[in-house]
Amino acid sequence: MTTDASYLDGNAAAGALSQVFAMDVTAAITQCNGCGQTGVFAESHVYVNAPGLVARCSGCDGVLLRVVTTPSDVYLDLRGLTYLRLPNP
Amino acid sequence: MGIVSPGFSGRRRSGSELPPGQYLTRDFPVLSAGPTPHIRTEHWEFTVTTETGEATKWDWAALLALPADEITKDIHCVTRWSKLETNWKGVSLDTLLADVETSADYALVHSYGGYTTNVPMDDLLDGQAWIAYEYDGEPIDPEHGGPARLLVPHLYFWKSAKWVRGLVLSDNQDLGFWETAGYHEYGDPWKEQRYAGD
Ligand SMILES: [Zn+2]
Repeated sequence: MTTDASYLDGNAAAGALSQVFAMDVTAAITQCNGCGQTGVFAESHVYVNAPGLVARCSGCDGVLLRVVTTPSDVYLDLRGLTYLRLPNP
Repeated sequence: MGIVSPGFSGRRRSGSELPPGQYLTRDFPVLSAGPTPHIRTEHWEFTVTTETGEATKWDWAALLALPADEITKDIHCVTRWSKLETNWKGVSLDTLLADVETSADYALVHSYGGYTTNVPMDDLLDGQAWIAYEYDGEPIDPEHGGPARLLVPHLYFWKSAKWVRGLVLSDNQDLGFWETAGYHEYGDPWKEQRYAGD
């Protein structure tokens, strides 16, 4: 099993986030609520070998968002994001 | 001859040994929700903070100086793997909490790296929980939570926080990392308490 550097890039969250968002979030611009870093969500570090999906800031390793999928619901925690900027279609 | 007597093949691994919905694994999967902290034992510290704010601390030498237990327990991960008869060495929380004055009902377990999980005090005492620092006779690998992790094997393994650094005791149940995102607040594998509401 891979241990260190066990994260993927933000594209790994595309499937889970498409359950919630109509738009492709991987191309969104995000601001980290911890360190203030702004970047493309696809460049975040995504951990999937866990009870849920966790995306972390590439600058400070703080949690940007979490997705937990249960048999009946999807939980989405966005507390770690100051904002998520998507193009106005 | 081809005659196999199951009675001589060692301990039977029947499905009844596993909680519902679990499968048996022989390896030890690494689950991580973030980067693995590499904590040097000379910098390691474990702090218990009571509901009155009083803090008790142990450094690595103080932990090792306490009487330790050899523990053999089955572990059950909420991602459905179970591993039987895992061997650990560690200090019982009965020992660590013996001189801590508290009547708190709940503990929020804190880890290096920011992870948290909530466990009732009743589940941390009476020989049910340890601060473990050896696995299979060796120091615990950082990937598996070393230098020290909580071991509370009668609950789903997300409660056995890796890289443990302290307990904050409280009369209120503050929920931890996974418990705030849809996982069950208690997590009894035998009752299959995976998600909130199970
Ligand atoms: Zn950040």
